[in-house]
Amino acid sequence: MILVIAEQRDGTLNRATWETVAAAQQLAGGMPIAIAVLGAATGGVAQELASAAVADVLVAEHAALDPYTPDAYAAAASALIDSVRPAFVLLPHTYQTRDFAPLLAARLRKPLVTDVTGIEGTGNGATFVRPMFQGKLAAHVKPQGGTPAVVTIQIGAFRADAAKKGGSAAVKKVDVPIDAAAIRQKPEPPFREAKQAVDLGQAERIVAIGRGIKSQENIPLAEKLAKAMGAEVAASRPICDNGWLPMERQIGSSGQTVAPKLYVALGISGAIQHLVGMKGSRTIVAINKDAEAPIFEVADYGIVGDLFEIAPAIVAELEKS
Amino acid sequence: MKIAVCIKQVPTREWQPRLNDQKTWIREQDASYEMNEPDAYALEEALRLREKHGGEVVVCSAGPARVQTVIREALARGADRAIHVEHDTLGSADAFVVADALAAAMKDERFDLVLTGLQSDDQGHGQTGVILAERLGIPSSTIIMDVQVDPSTGSGQAGTLRVKRELEGGWFQWIAMPLPALLTIQSGINQLRYATLKGIMAAKKKEIRKAALPDGLQPAQQIVGLAVPTRSKQTHMIGGSAADAAKELVRRLRDEARAL
Repeated sequence: MILVIAEQRDGTLNRATWETVAAAQQLAGGMPIAIAVLGAATGGVAQELASAAVADVLVAEHAALDPYTPDAYAAAASALIDSVRPAFVLLPHTYQTRDFAPLLAARLRKPLVTDVTGIEGTGNGATFVRPMFQGKLAAHVKPQGGTPAVVTIQIGAFRADAAKKGGSAAVKKVDVPIDAAAIRQKPEPPFREAKQAVDLGQAERIVAIGRGIKSQENIPLAEKLAKAMGAEVAASRPICDNGWLPMERQIGSSGQTVAPKLYVALGISGAIQHLVGMKGSRTIVAINKDAEAPIFEVADYGIVGDLFEIAPAIVAELEKS
Repeated sequence: MKIAVCIKQVPTREWQPRLNDQKTWIREQDASYEMNEPDAYALEEALRLREKHGGEVVVCSAGPARVQTVIREALARGADRAIHVEHDTLGSADAFVVADALAAAMKDERFDLVLTGLQSDDQGHGQTGVILAERLGIPSSTIIMDVQVDPSTGSGQAGTLRVKRELEGGWFQWIAMPLPALLTIQSGINQLRYATLKGIMAAKKKEIRKAALPDGLQPAQQIVGLAVPTRSKQTHMIGGSAADAAKELVRRLRDEARAL
């Protein structure tokens, strides 16, 4: 049995759950699949998931699951695992599961494989592919130390529309005992730092800069290129961490997710946290001095070289005509 | 306040991967190393908390002898002393082994606050901190962008923490929890300081306690193969001088991709 733990908030399903269902179906090799929905009031999420070709949808509702805390979620997931005894537990790799999946695995003393981008083989013989060394290498790993193995699936690695539908899954309520007094974290409501002045999601073209830009003084170089292309300027996380561009121009898992017509990555190596925010772009250009940089794996056009020479050359070329 | 910071030594960003003969790990002897970047932010945060609330900052690292370099660097930046769980196998150990190794060496210290980076730039499991918290029996919160401490006020009164956790897509959330606790720190939480010459001199006299790797720690995963990732797209590489490459790129973006 494979247990998929869905992610929902206030009755709205996180779409990454469907990608995880697709991963589970690929992994299954004949094993039945159950999807569990955790929360205080999960609304129609279970019915929505019951359209998947899986055996069961389990609804584990408990007042202590809202708002989210790692202690409550680890307790609920642990209770579910005790009752269904899965061989694998699959979750989407989100900020929420990054918080509680290691706690769950530590409590169970069972393996956890995070950030999985591919699965080879099926069932207990499967190996999981995950990035290492900032995406410079891909590792094939096997969980060790008994079942279940907990696995988190990287966003965008599997296609949500590849999840097989047409099942007639039974929706079942399950009890998960949670000791509310044992929850140590007391969360306040989520908030946004500032109203976003730029919605990069609407931009047709984006010129994004990374560490390769070297210093704040060089940012006008990227701005000139963006202007010549009719593009917005964006950046990878370290640039915004340094305060060289405002946080709202950050692309990646902690920033915005974009899919413009054209995405030019200037001096961005392409760590997975950045790639998840831009790899859906229609045309991707990578300019980097390092020919081995992972950004070239998702690029349509690549130039290996010095961005301080290439970017002005592109501007000059665009100004010619 | 007694603060621990866990730091890892990882290959530098400029390092070009080279694999061992079995293609199951890197050639460690060829790599040059540096402090894991999120850990550097965790260290900075610990130093700032000590400046505000007093106490000491203890650097904890599990790794081969070579990790002394980053331990000394952390001491030079201002940490007070260090604990080093030393073993050759720790360079490639997974999160469970590292967390168990650190927990054994740290538990008797009874730290008020433990900080780690949110993940390492080498294996990148993003697990070590949270597993360590569970082994130490303390609560955790991850991907933290601000730390406010209200230290214990009277005898037997535990202090409290209020931390800002990063969520996806520009959202945040404040979370309160009791001390002792463990936080995994996000890059960019503060501005890093660098070691001064005075700090480097002072670091030479600071204590590094060596701890042995406990017997029988079990890894939770095995790397059966490491490789350069396969490309998901057919990338058209454009060569030539900067001017030639620019010309060819613009032509292709206009005529082929119709993106300009």
